[in-house]
Amino acid sequence: MLACALSVLALVGLIVYELVTKSSLSWHAFGWKFFFRSEWDPVNDQFGALPFVYGTLVSSALALLIAVPLAIGVAVYITEMSPRWLRGALAFTTELLAAIPSVIYGLWAIFVLVPLLRQYVQPFLARSLGWTGLFEGPPYGIGMLAAGIILAIMVVPIISSITREVMTAVPQQQREAVLALGETMAVTMVIGNRPEIAKSLFAPGYTMASVIANEFSEATGDVYLSALVEVGLALFIVTIIVNILAQFLVWTVTRGTPARSHA
Amino acid sequence: MPENMMIPPDFADAPISIWRRSLNSLVTLAAIGAVILVLLPLGAVFGYLIYKGIGSINWDFLTQIPKPPGEPGGGMANAIGGSVYILLIASTFGVPLGIGAGIYLSEYGRGTRFGNLVRFTADVLNGVPSIIVGIVAYGLVVLSQGHFSALAGGVALAIMMVPTITRTTEEMLLLVPQAVREAAYGLGVSRWRTTLSITLRTATSGVITGVMLAFARVAGETAPLLFTAFGNQYWNWKMNQPTAALSLQIFTYAISPFDEWHRQAWAGALILIVLIVASVGAVRLVASRGMLKGAN
Repeated sequence: MLACALSVLALVGLIVYELVTKSSLSWHAFGWKFFFRSEWDPVNDQFGALPFVYGTLVSSALALLIAVPLAIGVAVYITEMSPRWLRGALAFTTELLAAIPSVIYGLWAIFVLVPLLRQYVQPFLARSLGWTGLFEGPPYGIGMLAAGIILAIMVVPIISSITREVMTAVPQQQREAVLALGETMAVTMVIGNRPEIAKSLFAPGYTMASVIANEFSEATGDVYLSALVEVGLALFIVTIIVNILAQFLVWTVTRGTPARSHA
Repeated sequence: MPENMMIPPDFADAPISIWRRSLNSLVTLAAIGAVILVLLPLGAVFGYLIYKGIGSINWDFLTQIPKPPGEPGGGMANAIGGSVYILLIASTFGVPLGIGAGIYLSEYGRGTRFGNLVRFTADVLNGVPSIIVGIVAYGLVVLSQGHFSALAGGVALAIMMVPTITRTTEEMLLLVPQAVREAAYGLGVSRWRTTLSITLRTATSGVITGVMLAFARVAGETAPLLFTAFGNQYWNWKMNQPTAALSLQIFTYAISPFDEWHRQAWAGALILIVLIVASVGAVRLVASRGMLKGAN
């Protein structure tokens, strides 16, 4: 039993070790500048992670911007207004949705969401809000906006159940609150996968997780592979920090309020 | 609500202002609107999956291996088999390790500093993005074997199963009343024997729930398999060879330019979701009968 417990520690140690040693080549070549450069040129061995960091942050922020208000609405409705029978049904649906694999959300996004965006939503946004500069350029469907929306659809159930726990002050179990940052497949399938930084949400982007997913198995050259692992290391550190912060936040909020009766 | 008691009798019958009433209905409307906005795409995901999937599943799909790109026909039999194979490898490593660590946390490491460290680490492991687990399995297995393999895919998924199983096993064992353990000690049963044949036995259905949850969670994982199991257009039952998986096949087919492959991607997605929903359903069935024998 002790051996099994030790192996949990060993696994995390192993992850850190693998990421640090395998990325050292890129770290020595580029240093801190790696995170502020936007070239990604495997042919000349020049690598910078800025477009991926940008893509990850913007797509996650967009997802939260869409998902949080909706999730709070859902949580308020379930805890304060809904009839009892509906509460159970909604909780069950939430559970079911969390079980759908990311690749299936991606499949749906490619064949349903993206055409919808291309034909109706993007032309409308361009007409009404084009002046902001956020909704410019040709409406491909695929791009940052599509990634943000599919992520929002995926995180709403989790955010609403966390909100419910906080509202009723009965935390049931810890959850992965930072699904959005490390989410790979669905985003890879619709974000367009181009290492560019553009103001318009119609433009294609690239996230840290997607660049690893797309290029890792084809990466020739040691520096190239090492740069991809370094992107992974950065993603690892960011998710761990956000995860711990989120757990701490839920923990302080739920501990600070007295338990309410109609839970 | 208590605030009714605070209103002096003179005002109790006073009409609630129109402003407050309309604000109340506005918030209610907004909340209902949010529920609808959330349920709509989610319903659409399921609806499409069933609608497109059922129309695309046929006998060939379940029994044939893929045809070359552009040719009609063919199926995903090797991917379905490959997924089962990889999941078996993952469970072989992940389940005993997870249960063992869970037993340690509840029976030996309760309240100790080391126990807390392991618990915290398991939670950290739970939050590691799956693509990163893929990188680690690549470094561990693929590099040392020299090629992509079913084993590498299994190891990646096993790493993802461990934290879920550990934490649920721990929580289930903690539900077993201390008196049950003491009764066993009183009969002269040794500690390890008590843990295995009394405590673990009592919490069996709860532990199985945890295992099934972990299984459902990794069954559809794609990212950690991309550069470990890698995928294969043919059958493979060798541990050290690239192996097809349902989730990988769905991904490859979905981003391909062929209509025939798109159709098969939907069919594969439906099979995958049926597999997952069946295991989540089994969990609910077990859970509804109580996590513990007699103690719930």
